[in-house]
Amino acid sequence: MEDLMGVVDWSRAQFALTAMFHWLFVPLTLGLSVIVAVMESIYYRTRSRRWLGITKFWMLLFGVNFAIGVATGIILEFEFGANWSNYSWFVGDIFGAPLAIEGLLAFFMEATFVAVMFFGWKKVSPRFHLAATWLTAIGASISALWILVANAWMQYPVGMEFDPAQMRNVMDDFWAVALSPVAVHKFIHAVSSGWLLAGVFVSGISCWFIFKKRNRAMAVSSIKVASAVGLAGMVLTLWSGDSSAVDVARVQPMKLAAMEGLYNGRCGQELVGLGILNPDKTPQNDEDPYLFDISIPKGLSLLAKHDTEAFVPGINDLIDGIEITPAGDTIHTDSYAERIAIGRKAHDALRAYGAAKTAGDTAAMAAAVDDLRANYRYFGYGYLQSPYDAVPPVGLTFYAFRIMVIIGGYLLLFMLLMVWASYRRPKWLENKLLLWAGMLSIPLVWVCSQAGWVTAEVGRQPWIIQDLMPVQAAISDVSTPTVMISFWAFAVVFTAFLAAEVSIMLRQISKGSKTDFDNFNE
Amino acid sequence: MNCPGLLKRAVMLYVDGFRQMTVGRTLWALIIIKLILLFGVFKLLFFPDVLSRDYDTDAERADAVRKALVGVPK
Repeated sequence: MEDLMGVVDWSRAQFALTAMFHWLFVPLTLGLSVIVAVMESIYYRTRSRRWLGITKFWMLLFGVNFAIGVATGIILEFEFGANWSNYSWFVGDIFGAPLAIEGLLAFFMEATFVAVMFFGWKKVSPRFHLAATWLTAIGASISALWILVANAWMQYPVGMEFDPAQMRNVMDDFWAVALSPVAVHKFIHAVSSGWLLAGVFVSGISCWFIFKKRNRAMAVSSIKVASAVGLAGMVLTLWSGDSSAVDVARVQPMKLAAMEGLYNGRCGQELVGLGILNPDKTPQNDEDPYLFDISIPKGLSLLAKHDTEAFVPGINDLIDGIEITPAGDTIHTDSYAERIAIGRKAHDALRAYGAAKTAGDTAAMAAAVDDLRANYRYFGYGYLQSPYDAVPPVGLTFYAFRIMVIIGGYLLLFMLLMVWASYRRPKWLENKLLLWAGMLSIPLVWVCSQAGWVTAEVGRQPWIIQDLMPVQAAISDVSTPTVMISFWAFAVVFTAFLAAEVSIMLRQISKGSKTDFDNFNE
Repeated sequence: MNCPGLLKRAVMLYVDGFRQMTVGRTLWALIIIKLILLFGVFKLLFFPDVLSRDYDTDAERADAVRKALVGVPK
């Protein structure tokens, strides 16, 4: 068991490392492609040489990011096959179909139009070039859509039926998978957060130009576009974040309880705005959950249920299976001990199916399938030793969520300020404090984006597929040292690639600061 | 529509584009190094597709996953 957990933890760490590395590039690609497309649209309408130069400058940075990010997602697929083979087999075509669509449609769409974007300035008409730039941006988002649909299915598995003969979940409703509310809100949240990230990136670099007294006019023009796109992204991120909170309350209430460090819920539950968790608190003791907290009265009920008086269950309520209805009645839901018992029945049924299949007893196979289907909804709980094994790491989930929300709140103000300053008060852009805020916001927006994913992924532990498969069942029969070695090898290689990207980016930004955009000559 | 002409123009778009690259040369070098590392080193050494490697048919793979997930019948 100890060795199993070693492999599970190292495999999770490796997946986290590679996914977080991949997510350094993806949101910038998603957002910068839109900003560049807007800039080129302005050039197309005005035919101004300055806007052509501005478009080409940011397009080059888009290209650097795109090139370094290419194929970083492939590693995740390698890991599925090698480290998570039980999971890969178990999810069947539900993962395969969206990823195949992504590979065939979006990747080729992106690859084709990226080539026209970079090589086609003098080869195709301005209108065709502009279309290629927009199609690159759309292709990037379509590409993200299918990955996010697959991720959403892991958080909220729908549109499938488990086939014990194939040992796979077989998709029986593609649209239920593709258009589940979790998938739709996740897609909008992730893509619009990319717009925000790119808006902050472009604004921050432009602030550096102004700070260095280089190309002020170009920088202000860039901030105008970037802050408008960034603010639009922020508004969509807020809206989809609110919808995602409602989804989480409905389909992953344990994640919501961990996000809040909430052990015993009540009607009209407050939302912890700022807080420090009590490290001695466990679900089994009566310690106060917080050492310090500033809370918004009824905030969590409002956020999660859109009703200030609604009951929000805590970790212990969920474990014990207690829910309070809007009418105020306490009702019994499936406690986690009951879920474990049901999960074990599902395991017994699957074992019986295997035995019947070997014996060629079709009647027993049919009976086992019926048993399995009746209990399959809690299949994953059969692996848990105790109800408390279903509690995610509360500290990491709680703090990651607050990092995301607090930085996000700051970035909303920053984007509003950038929009107002660039359109109405350009003089404000002389303010050194504002310029420094712009430059320092660049790393912050990445921290915010990564913290969002940490909340989503750590908060759903121990599940790799919600309620159906915990991480320890998903793992392959691989050795801990193999995973450890590849983890460190990735860490070294990725650090080198990241250093290369930052170095190339900085060189191009420095070059750009010396370009005469007002008399831009190709 | 003149298809051979269109195809030639499409090919020349890439050929001329690659010839005239500046920063792109460094980026392509990085992409090629990355792909060699990913597919030539990492994939081969650390990331075999375990089920494809160990079993010949889907039925065998399904049986293996069943055993891994719930064990053999008691």
